[in-house]
Amino acid sequence: MSSRTLKLPPLNALIGGTLIGTLLTVAGIGAFWTPYDPLRLSFRYKLAPPSEMFWLGTDEFGRDVLSRLMAGAATSVWISVLTVALAVVLGTLIGLFSGYMRGWTDRVIMAFNDALLAFPGILLALGLLAVVGANKYGIILALGLAYTPSVARIVRGTALSLREREFIAASRVMGNSEGYTMARHILPNCIAPLTVLATSMFGYVLLAESALSFLGLGVPPPAPTWGNMLAASRPYIGQAMWLGIFPGLCISLTLLGINLLGDAVRDKLDPRMRGTR
Amino acid sequence: MSPAPLLEVSDLTLAIRSTGREVVKQVGFSVSPGEIVGIVGESGSGKTLAARAVMGFIPPAVTRLSGSILFDGEEITTMAAKRLRAIRGAKVGMVFQEPMTSLNPSMTIGRQLEEGLALHRDLDAAGRRALILDMLRHVGLTDPEGALEAFPHQFSGGMRQRIMLASVMLLKPALLLADEPTTALDAVVQRDVMELMVDLTRENGTAVLLISHDLGMVARYCSRIVVMCQGDVVEQGPSEEILARPQHPYTRKLLAAMPLRGPVRAFDAGPAPIVAVRDLVVDYPGRQRFFAKSAPKRALHGISLDVKPGEVVAVVGGSGSGKTTLGQSIAGLVKPSGGEILFQGKPIARSEAAWWDYRLNCQMVFQDPYSSLDPRMTIGDLVAEPLRLVKGMTKAQKAGRVTEVLAEVGLADGFAQRYPHELSGGQRQRVAIARAVVRRPSFVIADEPVSALDVTVRAQVLELFAELQKKHGFSCLFISHDLGVVEQVADRVVVMNEGRIVEQGPRDTIFDAPQHDYTRKLLSAVPGLESTAEGGVRLFWRLGEPA
Repeated sequence: MSSRTLKLPPLNALIGGTLIGTLLTVAGIGAFWTPYDPLRLSFRYKLAPPSEMFWLGTDEFGRDVLSRLMAGAATSVWISVLTVALAVVLGTLIGLFSGYMRGWTDRVIMAFNDALLAFPGILLALGLLAVVGANKYGIILALGLAYTPSVARIVRGTALSLREREFIAASRVMGNSEGYTMARHILPNCIAPLTVLATSMFGYVLLAESALSFLGLGVPPPAPTWGNMLAASRPYIGQAMWLGIFPGLCISLTLLGINLLGDAVRDKLDPRMRGTR
Repeated sequence: MSPAPLLEVSDLTLAIRSTGREVVKQVGFSVSPGEIVGIVGESGSGKTLAARAVMGFIPPAVTRLSGSILFDGEEITTMAAKRLRAIRGAKVGMVFQEPMTSLNPSMTIGRQLEEGLALHRDLDAAGRRALILDMLRHVGLTDPEGALEAFPHQFSGGMRQRIMLASVMLLKPALLLADEPTTALDAVVQRDVMELMVDLTRENGTAVLLISHDLGMVARYCSRIVVMCQGDVVEQGPSEEILARPQHPYTRKLLAAMPLRGPVRAFDAGPAPIVAVRDLVVDYPGRQRFFAKSAPKRALHGISLDVKPGEVVAVVGGSGSGKTTLGQSIAGLVKPSGGEILFQGKPIARSEAAWWDYRLNCQMVFQDPYSSLDPRMTIGDLVAEPLRLVKGMTKAQKAGRVTEVLAEVGLADGFAQRYPHELSGGQRQRVAIARAVVRRPSFVIADEPVSALDVTVRAQVLELFAELQKKHGFSCLFISHDLGVVEQVADRVVVMNEGRIVEQGPRDTIFDAPQHDYTRKLLSAVPGLESTAEGGVRLFWRLGEPA
């Protein structure tokens, strides 16, 4: 294969890395500097199409779309990363414990977990948001808790099947404690399904955040996020399609990048995939 | 040999499409009508691919480079798909290795058997039913009418394989391809199924192409043997000829790898047993239903046995005999519901100190080298892991021990940095053995340690095991269904059936003068082997030719 002779990283890492690198750079710049003030209203230029002056056009209040996208990137990425991290950490702990203990512990935890899974994540988040209040950290907490059950399910399933493998029995015969066996043998083998789940969850969270914003429970306007920009573009889709297209493109490209990078990371972390390409 | 062979394969070469590696190289063999021909080889020898090509079943990743396959005078390789489908089933039948997966779990047996008949025979429903019932009775099902409405999971592996045979033989094919048909079955059942297959095919004049890794079994039932090694046919000829006077070095190697009885080892009768099991009872809890629990199932009914220092005690029995449960409960993986285990005279369940002493001194080698090693750890880490709990060893001493043990199992150079998936099955089992002996235990439990391995690899691993056992003098509980292997390694043999010990005693007594009926049945199910002068072997049935 050519990648072996040229020592290039695999294609998915390359494309994914470029996309995510660009995103992080833009989000970083956007936190300090944008071409225009993302909040400044200017009715003279309202709904202006993309031009030399406004590269990506302006919205219904004459605010620069590019500036708002840049400023929103930081918020959106930050919310998604923290939410996914919260859900993965909590879900993994619950899932590992439940799957390894089995018996009544497992049954009670999973009954509760499945009851939560029965609610659509967004509904659960809505309820939680009503309690904790609509702000950035409220969203993270609500969405994080809402996505925890699905992580717990996956990790528990993996732990259950790993538990029957002979290397777990071998670890017990060695005299290792249960905690050590879980941390050393079960957790590392859950990483492959977890990375896949986390990357796809990242996309759902980006979308959920926009849905919440759309319902007025997200990051309150006028502060821009990709989600509320997308939501706000809806009435103008006929006259000013750039309003919807650019935030949508940002979300899609980010998802693509995350998925590609997630695959690459999974391959990298899995010793079985090494040396095959 | 009859003038017109039924199947004639010549110059067949198959290669992996993407890499161009040839996996079957200019293979040629023939099968005459009514003849039973065996293809023997280890994994990777291309035996399965060569046989499947006969049916036109080559996986998409494999391509045919050259060769012709003549079946009944017709060329298979260039045949139209429609004609090929007509031949499959009607004229060529196939029995697969895995009886658990070769029947569709969501269809009744009756419907599945009817499928082929409806497709290839012009019969009405009543006629089909009569034919099916007749065949099911023939393969030894006690209640054929009931079986028609039953689903595959209601039958044991042996019964399923009989049903599989019935479904294939219903169409009275001219050729039966049997790919490791009895490998997944235990010895007693294996023999019954083989005999049934031979009887059925003989009655219908069906030729059989039997693919197997088990040279003994092939030699017993086939008139001619084709030996394959890494895609090449290295030798073929009449069975007796190949067994008695093997020409090719690989055939000799295969024959030499067959387990043979070793010399009797002297034991000091005096010392107290290192491990003693007293009246061990194990119950598996019943299935939990809503508000009710079904009755627990008793897997072991009061087992008592002793293992002396340095002794290898083999536990043999068919599947479901409780031998694996016995190993697991002695290893502390399954909690016994009664009885006790004594290590050096002290009951291990009574005190924490005795338990830890036992835990550090008792190790286990598992059956499946693919699942017993954590795929995310390097070989070095895997072997070093048991040392974590050993007190009073410095880091350098531990590293030294790992290097030493890896050298002992023949994995010295550069293996420590590798991962399990980079190793072959035999190498993995060496790692598992290294992990078991790294703490220098005084007692090792080996649960079917070689049953997942190829014949020649099995011989090497057994040799390694014996060598280590001699060097470090650990006692061993060797659990196996394979009487040949047991005959080679054991000092004493314990025969188990249905959770009870039916007979135990010194190896030679058990093998030469078995007392219990079950032991006799086990022994008569597998042929024994003797070396002959010309580097070959002679096959014999234990306890005389069975009726």
